[in-house]
Amino acid sequence: MGEIMSQNKETYILAIETSCDETAAAIIKDGHEIVSNVVASQIESHKRFGGVVPEIASRHHVEQITHVLEEAFTKANMTAEDIDAFAVTEGPGLVGALLVGVSTAKALAFAHDKPLIGVHHIAGHIYANRLIEEFQFPLLALVVSGGHTELVLMQEHGQFEVIGETRDDAAGEAYDKVARTMGLPYPGGPEIDRLAKQGKDNLDFPRAWLEEGSFDFSFSGLKSAVINTLHNAKQKGIVLEKADIAASFQASVIDVLVEKTYRAAKENKVNHVIIAGGVAANSGLRTALEEKFRDQKVKLSIPPLSLCTDNAAMIGAAGMIAYQKGNRSDWGMNANPALDLEMYGNR
Amino acid sequence: MTILAIDTSSEILAIALAQEGKVIAEYSSLSKNKHSKRLMPAVVQLLKSVDIKPKDLKKIVVAKGPGSYTGVRIGLSTAKTLAWTLKIPVVGLSSLEALTLQAQGRNTLICPFFDARRELVYTGLYDQNGQSIIDDQNCLMSDWLEELAKIDQPIIFISPDLDSFKETITDRLGERAIFIAEGLNTTRPGLLALSGAQGKEEDVHQLVPSYLRLVEAEVNWLANQGEQSNE
Ligand SMILES: [Zn+2]
Repeated sequence: MGEIMSQNKETYILAIETSCDETAAAIIKDGHEIVSNVVASQIESHKRFGGVVPEIASRHHVEQITHVLEEAFTKANMTAEDIDAFAVTEGPGLVGALLVGVSTAKALAFAHDKPLIGVHHIAGHIYANRLIEEFQFPLLALVVSGGHTELVLMQEHGQFEVIGETRDDAAGEAYDKVARTMGLPYPGGPEIDRLAKQGKDNLDFPRAWLEEGSFDFSFSGLKSAVINTLHNAKQKGIVLEKADIAASFQASVIDVLVEKTYRAAKENKVNHVIIAGGVAANSGLRTALEEKFRDQKVKLSIPPLSLCTDNAAMIGAAGMIAYQKGNRSDWGMNANPALDLEMYGNR
Repeated sequence: MTILAIDTSSEILAIALAQEGKVIAEYSSLSKNKHSKRLMPAVVQLLKSVDIKPKDLKKIVVAKGPGSYTGVRIGLSTAKTLAWTLKIPVVGLSSLEALTLQAQGRNTLICPFFDARRELVYTGLYDQNGQSIIDDQNCLMSDWLEELAKIDQPIIFISPDLDSFKETITDRLGERAIFIAEGLNTTRPGLLALSGAQGKEEDVHQLVPSYLRLVEAEVNWLANQGEQSNE
């Protein structure tokens, strides 16, 4: 379709994100400026179940979606006529949840005769950083969330090479499971982060470095070690400080994340390291990365908390790149819970 | 006034356009293929075939369930968003009521139903004008037939899943059970579109699917709450 893009006209993208438990819409100008950014969180609803229930998430999305859209347009003081393209998270995520966003975006694009752009959720998390500052290539992104732990190398906009990924649990998943075993409220990540500040790393949990030179991750061994330690202590009648468990667990996760990111950045001679995904909100991880990269020439970017968790602004930022590449989705676009990041980049 | 009707609450995709009391285009297909892949290409084609632009639409009618959760949500997300962004009214009709449209005026009660698996059905009872007599519900077919057995009137059964239940229905109700001809057992989208002209307009934000069922996690949670308050 490749229409010629005028250099001086602004481009506005309306983006929708419904891949998990946030119903979100945002309007982004020129791929890097937030005009409006609305997130309706369902966390309170899922709390009682101790985790996200997919069918309930989908039900909330369909209840919230037009409210969220209306707020996004009202806050931007714009109408759908001002929008150049409609972007939406196509995957990965919960299929039933994704479908609400996909159906909505199609209806908008169809009603206003504008392009429809399917966006990869992780590309979105990475591009959350571009809402703060421009990328410098080569760039390395550490993506850490409830569903993902990946190191992604980028040589240019819209191109992604996954150079490391988790072989079992995502970091965020390990946080949730450990928090549940410790009897902490959902969501467990922020609780562990909070407790860890008061405790000591004195329980000597394992660090999974894997083979020499690998940038992959593994957190299931650590998770089991924490759970076993808790069980053994209980059987022997020993009371462990919750804060020490949290601090020891978090130190193990962070050591591996920071060290592998550092090595990958060196080996690939990157100019820019960015952190993305919900776990990037973790204060322990932020501090450790800032420490490690302080004296390095490579630039380190960590987006503000509100852009780390799921939102539609990031989908609009990534959607702009797809728009500029000329990528257009057709009316038959389906939600794709297993969308591959590298293949998405090769579109 | 141009009305677009959408029903994706079963494996059947049914869409139609009506204008000034006439059906001008309709399309339906039965396929295991996902509604998300089928719906919007079909809508685009339907409008194109009669040279209607999205901005010509003046009302949307949508079947809001019960039925397939995902199917209903695809139809409703599409209908709500179209209505909201085009600033036109939306009418949500029970997917069961939508089925009664082709059986009205025959001097019989009408029982539309969908298979809800494990001997369960989504069903309700309507009079010959399509007025609800017994609310839409999710229940065991055997219990439902006991209920209907108490009513001494002929009942016409209408369902895309008729084949799996025909025998059970006849066994219990005998000659009082009437079956509609094949070809009329699925939503007639044109009739759905026509019905929208008088249908009750809803606040687009308030229009939500009619699931008639809680999510299992909610059922368990509620049971748990009950136990705790009994202790
Ligand atoms: Zn995410």
